[in-house]
Amino acid sequence: MSEHWLDRLQRWAPYALTPLIVLAALPAMGVGPWVTLTVAGLTMGIMLFLVASGLTLIFGLMDVLNFAHAAFVTVGAYVTVSVLRPLAGWTTEFSLTLNLIALLVALVSAAAASGALGFVFERVIIRQVYGAPLRQILITIGALTVIEQLVIVLWGPQALVLPKPASLRGSVFLGSSPIETYRLVALAVGLAVAVAMHLFLTRTRLGLVVRAGVEDREMVQSLGYHIRRVFIGVFMAGTALAGMGGMMWGQYQELVTSQIGDSMTILVFIILIIGGLGSVGGCFIGAILVGLTTNYVGFLAPKLALGSNILLMALILLWQPRGLFPLAEH
Amino acid sequence: MTGADDDALLRLDGIHTDIGRYRILHGVNLTARRGRVTALLGRNGAGKTTTLRTIMGLWKARQGRIIFDGQSIAAMDTPHIARLGIAYVPENMGIFGKLTVRENMLLATAPNGFAEPYLNRVLESFPALKLKWDSAAGSLSGGQKQMLAIGRAIVEPRRLLLVDEPTKGLSPAMVDQLVAALRRLKSEQTTILLVEQNFRVAEAIGDDVAVMDEGRIIHSGDMAALAADEALQHRLLGLRMAAGL
Repeated sequence: MSEHWLDRLQRWAPYALTPLIVLAALPAMGVGPWVTLTVAGLTMGIMLFLVASGLTLIFGLMDVLNFAHAAFVTVGAYVTVSVLRPLAGWTTEFSLTLNLIALLVALVSAAAASGALGFVFERVIIRQVYGAPLRQILITIGALTVIEQLVIVLWGPQALVLPKPASLRGSVFLGSSPIETYRLVALAVGLAVAVAMHLFLTRTRLGLVVRAGVEDREMVQSLGYHIRRVFIGVFMAGTALAGMGGMMWGQYQELVTSQIGDSMTILVFIILIIGGLGSVGGCFIGAILVGLTTNYVGFLAPKLALGSNILLMALILLWQPRGLFPLAEH
Repeated sequence: MTGADDDALLRLDGIHTDIGRYRILHGVNLTARRGRVTALLGRNGAGKTTTLRTIMGLWKARQGRIIFDGQSIAAMDTPHIARLGIAYVPENMGIFGKLTVRENMLLATAPNGFAEPYLNRVLESFPALKLKWDSAAGSLSGGQKQMLAIGRAIVEPRRLLLVDEPTKGLSPAMVDQLVAALRRLKSEQTTILLVEQNFRVAEAIGDDVAVMDEGRIIHSGDMAALAADEALQHRLLGLRMAAGL
């Protein structure tokens, strides 16, 4: 009976971890900073989720560890710069509607460009190295460098400014707590994408095939599905999500460099490991945990901020060696 | 076997299959006749599973022909073979543990979803699946998982079932239930190629039998004849214990 109780606790504890951290932070910092940092942490988490979810799906379904994933973030950010420049009239106008339309155009363009590049990347590079992990690592790290250099060739070596749209600058107040307006928009967009992704994976036949493929590709083929075609679709979707993440991150920082993707890489891999490789739900919770931890620790103990996520990962792995929601058997 | 060839749904001619550097099948000749259950027997490592996987295209035949209903399928990819109406129940059952029972079944249906008569047949044969309909398949017992694996294979009309050791590791009660379900399929004229270690089960269901050893078919014929000849069983299968199984 007690074992049964412990089993249930073990199953539900990973879900309880995030709310517990949020609640534990409240008495440590007071209501005002807590509200601001919680929203900031959720926003950061949701942007990281966009990037990490594509990578975890690609790994879970295709067994491909794509170290070039950061390049698609970078491409998404640079495409955003190129798309928003001619739309400067819409972004400098103090009109929420025009500003949001401009952001939507940039978001779709970044996703389309990164997804299209992802298609070519899968056909030309990844296809050659299925089932060869060492070659995957080498060739994707090489590809990352090549794409970043091509970005410099196309857009130049200097950092590019990407100002936020006029009506999304500044803050709104939640009680006495200031919340950056852009963060709220980013949070809403990120949540919408996350919900759409969840609905796709749980309510559609193709989503079902993807989830099944993460568990047993061979059986999926034996049921009549062409898993290679699903691979291409998932790779494109994963890279498109990275492009969206790059767009939102670049807009948030208001500065785009060829290293923008690299700057997220370590956090993204920490999220994958925390969440459990191949698990989209785990990736979501892992991303939120990383976002919240970064913000809370940065406020409470700034000197620990840099290492806080490594520490978080280490503690979670000591507790759950395969991550919070392990899925793929790798 | 001339008569058998006339109503053969599946025929393997001289199939050789390699796994890596090793040749596992050495010229397998095998026939599965329409509406009959063919039991494929043999000790561990004889090549039974490799034969099923080669038919499904999961491992490619290096040499030889696989003819399904007059069509050569040896060069086809697995999804194409499955869409011809061949369902495969692997030895590990191939259950998607994170998906629900319903989702596991749904994956095996045509794009427009469940066909009621077939779904009802599955749920009548395996009532436990109805009770666990929205539970994660990973939470099922071993026997329930096997029911799900077989139920999934027959939730759509199939022309040929390839079933790999369905009774392995199951309790006697569960084995009886599976045998009853397979008998029902047999009575509906479903063609089945059944790999089975349990001779009592193979005898109960099989019409025809083929025995493998070291990647070759060393005997084929009527199951009734093999069941009646203990000396032959002993020679082919080392089964003095067959009666006790």
